[in-house]
Amino acid sequence: MKFIDEYQDNKLAESLAYRIANHCSHKIRLMEFCGGHTHAIMRHGIRQLVPETIEMRSGPGCPVCVTATTDLDKAIALAHLPGTIIATFGDIMRVPGSYSSLRQAKADGADIRIVYSTMDAMEIAKANANKSVVFVGIGFETTAPTIAASIIKARREGIENFYVLSLLKLTPPVMKALLDLGEVKLDGIIGPGHVSVIIGSGPYEFISNDYRVACVISGFEPLDILLCIDKLVQQIEAGQPRVEIAYSRGVRPEGNLKALELMGDVFETDGANWRGIGIIPQSGLKIKKEYEHFDADKTFHVSLEPARESKGCRCGDILRGVATPHECKLFGRGCTPERPIGPCMVSSEGACAAYYRYGASYD
Amino acid sequence: MCLAIPVRIASIDGDEAETEIAGVRRRVSIALTPQAKVGDYVLLHTGYAIGVVDEAEAMETLKLLEEIAAVSEVHR
Amino acid sequence: MLLTTDTGRVMTDAILLAHGSGGRLSHNLIEGEILPFLANPMLSKLDDSAVFTANGRLAFTTDSYVVNPIFFPGGDIGKLAVCGTVNDLSMSGAKPAYLSLSVIIEEGFPLNKLGQIIRSIRAAAKEAGVDIITGDTKVVNKGQADKLFVNTSGIGIVPDGIDISGANAMTGDRVILSGSIGEHGIAIMSQREGLRFEVPVESDCAPLNRLVAEMLEASPNIHCLRDPTRGGIATTLNELARQSRVSIVIEENKIPIKEAVRAACELLGFDPVHVANEGKLVAIVDHHDADEVLAQMKENRYGGSAAIIGEVRDDHPGKVIMKTRLGPSRIVDMLSGELLPRIC
Repeated sequence: MKFIDEYQDNKLAESLAYRIANHCSHKIRLMEFCGGHTHAIMRHGIRQLVPETIEMRSGPGCPVCVTATTDLDKAIALAHLPGTIIATFGDIMRVPGSYSSLRQAKADGADIRIVYSTMDAMEIAKANANKSVVFVGIGFETTAPTIAASIIKARREGIENFYVLSLLKLTPPVMKALLDLGEVKLDGIIGPGHVSVIIGSGPYEFISNDYRVACVISGFEPLDILLCIDKLVQQIEAGQPRVEIAYSRGVRPEGNLKALELMGDVFETDGANWRGIGIIPQSGLKIKKEYEHFDADKTFHVSLEPARESKGCRCGDILRGVATPHECKLFGRGCTPERPIGPCMVSSEGACAAYYRYGASYD
Repeated sequence: MCLAIPVRIASIDGDEAETEIAGVRRRVSIALTPQAKVGDYVLLHTGYAIGVVDEAEAMETLKLLEEIAAVSEVHR
Repeated sequence: MLLTTDTGRVMTDAILLAHGSGGRLSHNLIEGEILPFLANPMLSKLDDSAVFTANGRLAFTTDSYVVNPIFFPGGDIGKLAVCGTVNDLSMSGAKPAYLSLSVIIEEGFPLNKLGQIIRSIRAAAKEAGVDIITGDTKVVNKGQADKLFVNTSGIGIVPDGIDISGANAMTGDRVILSGSIGEHGIAIMSQREGLRFEVPVESDCAPLNRLVAEMLEASPNIHCLRDPTRGGIATTLNELARQSRVSIVIEENKIPIKEAVRAACELLGFDPVHVANEGKLVAIVDHHDADEVLAQMKENRYGGSAAIIGEVRDDHPGKVIMKTRLGPSRIVDMLSGELLPRIC
């Protein structure tokens, strides 16, 4: 497969790994922001290729994992409203809410359908004109423009029964919040490649300017990740942190202007509630008044019981990079992908799921 | 974050395109990449092309990786 | 089909509740739509039970088939029902002999579709060389079954001296996979609504009994046989590793996989080792005989892409470890939960 296979070559990987080991003269700590990176790193055994002096922590870049329990409860409550069809990406089905889950709600009779695109959700809306179709809008800046495009298209085509519950979140604000919290001292950040396709490299400048932390934006194939680590090591060794793009075939410094334009048309920033962190101002996206017809929050009202977190769950700590999955007492004991206690074990981008599935480090 | 796969545009129909990867065909929206042309590779995420792959940059990256391998002492 | 009711003759093209009631309509259905295609001396008697003589150790298995969609590229629920049970028997080293066939049909199911499925069953049974000697038909109200459920049970004879079991793997054995992975699962996914994708991939659904018979002729030292259906080769290898209390080490770049399946898995975020197969087997074979068994497999139409993908060790009992394409090794776990396409 073009643009995938070339970046999996094991000889090139070996040379890069060798170079990284040679250049890395002291212990450094990197955070791979994105859950997709955590999975790629585990799946390809990247940890075994880099020297032990490089410690890697996973970050909050798992949109399902950082969705607050109360927001999940809201989606579940919406599912129980008569005449409602919930359309959602598959990941979130098994995440436990305070009292139930979407999967449980479906077993109880709620009409919940897994979709692979907002386009599918719109098709469901067209085919069920007498029902309300609510799309659970979970994601970061990679997904936000796709949802914006779907709302614009719904207006254009007069699809009046299509709604979005916006739980969209933004990357730079949570990075800043983590750096401000200062719980984990980071030398470098492996930047999220596909978020950056949309937002470009500019929004990360504050990381190196204000916090003196290196930031290199990475693709998702093994060679991309190794190249990113190589560049991070070089920056850190030279004491010259800056923002660099190591995924130049996908990321332009200015990002995707069309996507940003559509996002700006439909959404405005608002505070958002992040699992493990709480409310971060201006870190989420809310549907603008102009498109409020499509806003599930404005259209439907559900009353919620107070949110309950699972006892002993350390997802919050794991998302902030303060703990690794193995440091959670429930990991593999009581919390497994079949019976998850928190989202990190069940989301396809969750750190715990990656550690469980691929074995933390094997050789 | 999230999964985005490079697929090749086989044909364009308004704001949608037929794409192909290793024989698998998928119909996607190009609402976010209106500049994409037939033959371009785009990054596909949840049914939308979110960016056009810059093939020149792809080659540059591979060249860099090969240069690193060429001077590497790992096999000596 | 033509129906005689109290008020006259009526044409129906769908299954009615009365077709399952045991009365005239049931007989019409069986004698008109089923028996002509599956006829054999035992079935045609239509006795309450089929009576036969069997010499030797018997293998007995049962499976129910609820696949959705019931028609998919490369097959349908009928073909699956025959091949699945034939294969389960074959995995014990048994020569499949007889099958039972039960169908539970939702009222309103089109007769012509039932006909298609029966014909698939006939073709699969013919290829496998088995007879369906007893059966049952029930019809339930609309909404009480999803179109059609099928159950097949099978009886086979295990030749003397054959002892194949998931617990028999030994250190040093080689792990052989009969062909490329993930085709059935991907073929099914491509039919799911909303995916909007087409794959040039058909289900690999196939009866493997002749392949197994040929393998056993090549060597009696086949320790384990299993078909990696739901959960993929990862789940099957984990089961074998646990049952035999050994570790199984495989190499990612030795696993045969079609490019289109790889691409579809990338698109959906699936790991191919977790995707279902319906015409493949995993064999764990004494290392002295592995090359011979492999050579024999490659002569069979269902073993053309067979490959030795790994070996059995004793250092991490119960675990399956894969050397990745890149070099380092990682654990391969069983599939947990359902395979939900990874999106975001």
